[in-house]
Order: sequence, then C-alpha cells, then structure tokens
Amino acid sequence: MILKIKDVSKSYANHTALKNINLEIPQGKIFGLLGPNGAGKTSLIRIINQITGPDIGTILFDGVELNPSHIEQIGYLPEERGLYKKMKVGEQLLYLAQLKGMSKSHATEQLKKWFIKFDIKDWWEKPVDDLSKGMQQKIQFISTIVHEPKLLILDEPFSGFDPINANLLKDEILTLKEKGTSIIFSTHRMESVEELCDEIALINKSEVVLSGNKNEIRNQFKQHKYKLEYKGELKSGSSFELLSNFNGIASIRMNQGVSSNQVLQELIGKVEVLAFAEIIPSFNDIFIEVVSNPKN
Amino acid sequence: MNKILLIIQREYLTRIQKKSFWISSILTPLIFTAIYAIPIWLATRDKEVKKIEVVDQSGLFNQENLKDRELEFVFVNKSQNQIQKAGIPEDVSAIMWISKDILQNNTGLQFYSQKPMSLILQENLEDLVQSKVRQELLSKAGINKTIYENTQVKIKSKSVVISEEGAEKDSSSGGIMILSGILGFILYLTVLIYGSQVMNGVIEEKSSRIIEVLISSVKPFQLMMGKILGLGLVGITQFLLWAVLTFSFSQIATQINGTNPKTQAVIQSMPKEKQQIVQNEMANSDSLDVMKVVDNVLNNTNIPLVLFSFLFYYLFGYLLYSSIFAAIGSAVESPAEAQQFTMVVTIPIIISFFLAQITLQEPDSTLAFWASIFPLTSPVNMIVRIPFGVPVWELILSMALLIIGFLGISWISARIYRVGILMYGKKASWKELRKWMFYKI
Repeated sequence: MILKIKDVSKSYANHTALKNINLEIPQGKIFGLLGPNGAGKTSLIRIINQITGPDIGTILFDGVELNPSHIEQIGYLPEERGLYKKMKVGEQLLYLAQLKGMSKSHATEQLKKWFIKFDIKDWWEKPVDDLSKGMQQKIQFISTIVHEPKLLILDEPFSGFDPINANLLKDEILTLKEKGTSIIFSTHRMESVEELCDEIALINKSEVVLSGNKNEIRNQFKQHKYKLEYKGELKSGSSFELLSNFNGIASIRMNQGVSSNQVLQELIGKVEVLAFAEIIPSFNDIFIEVVSNPKN
Repeated sequence: MNKILLIIQREYLTRIQKKSFWISSILTPLIFTAIYAIPIWLATRDKEVKKIEVVDQSGLFNQENLKDRELEFVFVNKSQNQIQKAGIPEDVSAIMWISKDILQNNTGLQFYSQKPMSLILQENLEDLVQSKVRQELLSKAGINKTIYENTQVKIKSKSVVISEEGAEKDSSSGGIMILSGILGFILYLTVLIYGSQVMNGVIEEKSSRIIEVLISSVKPFQLMMGKILGLGLVGITQFLLWAVLTFSFSQIATQINGTNPKTQAVIQSMPKEKQQIVQNEMANSDSLDVMKVVDNVLNNTNIPLVLFSFLFYYLFGYLLYSSIFAAIGSAVESPAEAQQFTMVVTIPIIISFFLAQITLQEPDSTLAFWASIFPLTSPVNMIVRIPFGVPVWELILSMALLIIGFLGISWISARIYRVGILMYGKKASWKELRKWMFYKI
C-alpha cells in the first residue's frame, strides 16, 4: 500500500467535507477516486498533498505517517491548473521542479528528455502566453511528473484536453503505472474509469459509499440482464422476464436459479436468435444507482 | 528555507528582467539631473546677440556703461521724426531713445521696434539706463561710486544648534529639511508601489490558478514571504540604481557645464563687474545650491545612522504594509475586486505622508512624536525626523513597536492568506476575512 487513510474527517465552518474516510491506495495501480462535484474528492486530495490537514484521522505514506518530506514524492495535477503566463516555458518548469526538491542540473536533464519525448524542443524559450491551451496542458503534465513521484494525483486530468492529447496523456499514465508509479485518478466522468482504473472508491456526500476492485464491483452490480437480437415474436417465458422489446432487439432478465444456457434453450424454441450477450453495468450506471439510491 | 530562497530568486529575477524596471531606474535619475542641470545650461549657453540702436540725447552713455553679453549697442544720431519716417532697420531689434533730461525725467526713455518687444529685453535695458542714472545722481549729491557699492550689502544667516552635550553644530536646517523630505517621500512612494506589486503578484498566482500547484510544493507562508522579500529586494536594487545613477549623471552634467570652453570664454570676455555678476548668478543657481546643501548636510548629519534607519524603516515599513497587501490579494480574484480593500492600506500610508508634512515643519512637536512611534505611520515620519536629531529612546521605542507591529500584522495576514488563496467564486467581505483568520487548515 502506498497510502493508508484511516478515519479521516474534515469539516469547514459550516459544512462537513469528509466524514470518517477509510481507504487503501495500492502500490503501482491506478486508483479511481469517483464522485459527483462537491462530494469531497478535492478536500481529500488537498489533505494528501498537505495543503490542508485532517481534523482527525491519520494517513500513512509508504507505512510512515504523512509529513512534509513526502511532498517531494507526490506529483499533483490539480483540476484548476495554471502557469505563470509571462514566464518562459523552460524557466517555469525548472522553477516548479526545484520547488519539488530537484537540483537545477538534474531537473534540466530530465526536462530535456520530456521535451524530446513530446517533440516540443523549441518551446523552451517561449513565454507560456504564446502557447495554446492544449500545449499548456502538456507543460502542466510535465511539471507534475518530472520529479518522478511515487504517487501521482491527477484531478480531472482529461478536462479540456482534445482527443489527441487525451490519448497521449492516457498512454503516459499507463507507462508510468508500468514503471511502478501509484496513481490516484479523481474524476466524475465514468468512461475514463472503465479503461484506466484497477480499483475505485466512490465518494458521495463526504462519505465513501463504495470501494474495491473494479471488476468485483461490476460483478456485484450485475443484474442478470441480457441483450437479445432475434427474428420472430417474443414474449416473457418461464426462465426469463422481458424488460423491453423493440424492433427485434430486446432486453431480458433471467429468473433466479436458472442458467444462461437454459434461457437460451427456451429462446431458441421460440425465435431465431441472432445475438445474445450479458449486459454488464457501466460505471455510469453504478454511479447513478449508488448516488440516487444511497441504501444500496 | 531553501524553497523561500527559490521563490525570492524567481520574484527578483522576473522583475529585474522587465523593461519597465530599467526604464524607471534610468529615467528617474535622468529627470532629477535634468531638473538642476538644465537651468545652468540655459544660463550659460550662447545666445543670439541682439542689435540695439541708441539715440542718446543726454550724452551720458557710451560703449563702456552700456554693456550686455546678449546685446550689441550701436550709437546713432537720429531724430524721433526720422525714426518714425524711416522705420526700424531689418537687423535692429529696437531703437532706444534717451531724452536730454533723463536725469530729471524718469519717463525720458523710449523704445521703437517693429514687433512688440519682449518684457525681459525691455527690463534689461531699463536696468542698464537706470543704474547709470542713479550713479550720476549719487555723484551729483557727493557720493562716489565706491561708497555706493559698499552700501549694497546682503545679509545671510546661519543657524547653530547647541546640543545637550554642548557641541556646537551648524544645523543648516534648509538642507536637512530637503534631505528629510526626500527620504520620507521615497519611502512613502516605494512602500506604496512595491506593496501593491505584492498584491498584484498574489492576484496573478490566484487567478492564473498556479497557486494550487505551488502550495502543494511549499507552505503558503513561505510563498507569501518569498514574494514579499523578493520584491523588497527589487525595491532596494532600484534605490541603489537611483542613487548611483543620479550621482553619475550629475557628475557628467557638471563636467559638461563647468568645462564648456564657450561658457568660460564668455565670462572672461566680460568687464570685471559683469563677470562678478555672472559668477554670482552661477553661485546662486540651483545646481550649486544643491551642491552646497549636500555638502552642508553631509558634514552635519549622522550619515550612517540615516542610512541604517532608512533601510530599517524601509524594510519593516514595507514588510508590514506588503503583508496586508498580500492578504488582500489572496482574498480576491482580480485587481478591480481588490479596490474595496486596498483603502485599508492606502489610507494609513497617505495619512502618514500628510503627517510627514507637519513633521517636516515641526520635527519636535507632540504630533510628530506620536506619528513617528505608531507602527503604521512611523516609517515615513521617523525617517523625516531622524536628520533633525531624535533622542535614542524614541528611536528604539519606535523601532521596537514597528517590529512588533509587523509580526502581529503579518501573522494575521498569513492566516487570511492561507485561506484566501484556496477560495474561489466566493465574494470576500470584511466579515468573511475575519472568519478566515480563525479557520483551522
């Protein structure tokens, strides 16, 4: 575990931001921190970054209680991110890298590698003002990872990215994961979760409402629904219930205690089956279900 | 600590690299130098010589007693009728007609010219005629020229301070007032300029949203202090540049003026009395006055004390005010929004500047005492008082209170700052700022 969050609570003047949070962030995995806006994700991230502190509770980083020396091992890309507009790209990245504890020479060396990798060698002397928004986001990403942090915290990293840069970023994130970097990926957009995350935690109204392995959670939310394409006339049968049916495409729910083979056999007797596949709940569905029915 | 140095370095270098910094660093001393160099230059440069025709009916005047380095006198014999008929020759600026009875008749002087004469020329010529007429009248009354000249004395005063230790000192209060005034004004200006630069820097970091990246690497207090100190150093650099450049420019200007061969030649070609006049004129001109005053002040003030106190009051005055400016910057998202709050800082600065005018007039008054003790007004007011001499205990009390004031205010400011920089979309009010002070982070 790179990070163990134990019983962390935080409240501001008149509202509770985090209530009794317990989470374990695994080493070398991508951990999705999900939740609607205002759920408390940013509050938790700020505590991990030591921008603020918890009211109660402890956080262990690599087994040691979180302290200022850990700042240099964390890379943080905030949701609201910016750069000094008048400063030159190279100078600015050097400055930010040095603030993260890198020596000037080491930082220069590492930055040059990234500039070659992203094919932006001639940007070094340009003022940030001259770069487009997409270009600036590349610079921000480099500033987040140049000091080779053990833990990378990305808050809505894809917001504002065009599809090409988003792909580039995704590839980089996966490469970093392969190299052993642990990544916390905070977002309210579920489609990126499916592709990238290994584990997730869902925060709603200051509390963790769901956490665990991505696939296990999916299985947990499976509702034995299938999608069917067919020719003929279809009605509910003894092994399944018809949920919707339109133009030769139907969705059905298996009755309890039957297997998918039994359902298929019954269907084959009634219609000509063209396609038959289980409907796996998307995180969007799970998200909406959990947030709108807190009792589950 | 290392990180504060990095922040100071960035703040310092980015400002020093700006063109505007160098423009104001060079332009200000140039203007200072010009203010006193131009009048001398104007006084000594070559002017076009004007030709004046003289019709002297009285027979008192000749080339010897009508002399001016800008005028050429040509004696002619014309009647008033002739002048009116023939008109004024092209190359003649004016014809001066002196009546026969000029000694009895003070309206016996008349000028004819094509264009209206300049007032200065007319007065110059009047003076020349008048001085000769007076001389004549005096000698007729039995008073000779030397006696007359000996009566033209000019009284000059010197004020002496006898301090408690009994030492006698030439107080040269005029010079000290100028020094005090300049020091106070520079302090006032720089605190205001650099303080508001601190505020704008904070607003820039907040509105460009780089702040969250920064405070995930450094503590908000480090960031705030780094910015304040970095800009403070820029201020000190600017003082030094101003001092060095003003000194060099004025040296160059004096050289050019003083060694101008034409100037020397013009003076030497004049008759003795006139040389005296020009030299007196030059001695009274602004530049030499400034030099004299500077000399006086250098001899009669405790320069190390003034320098030390100036740096001390600049540093702590600036630190105190700029930490308030930083707190204000953290609470808003644009300079326009900051206006409602900047009053809190600018009003005490402006009040202390006005108090300083009174302090300058009466440096030992009760008002001056309190103004130089209270931390918000003491930087400008104490620096104004110091050249006049301040009791040691007052100085120590004022410095101690300023340090305490700075610590207190920067503590409050830092508490507002660390909350403010993370607050977006929330319109800050006084009530809100007060609450932030007590937030736990």
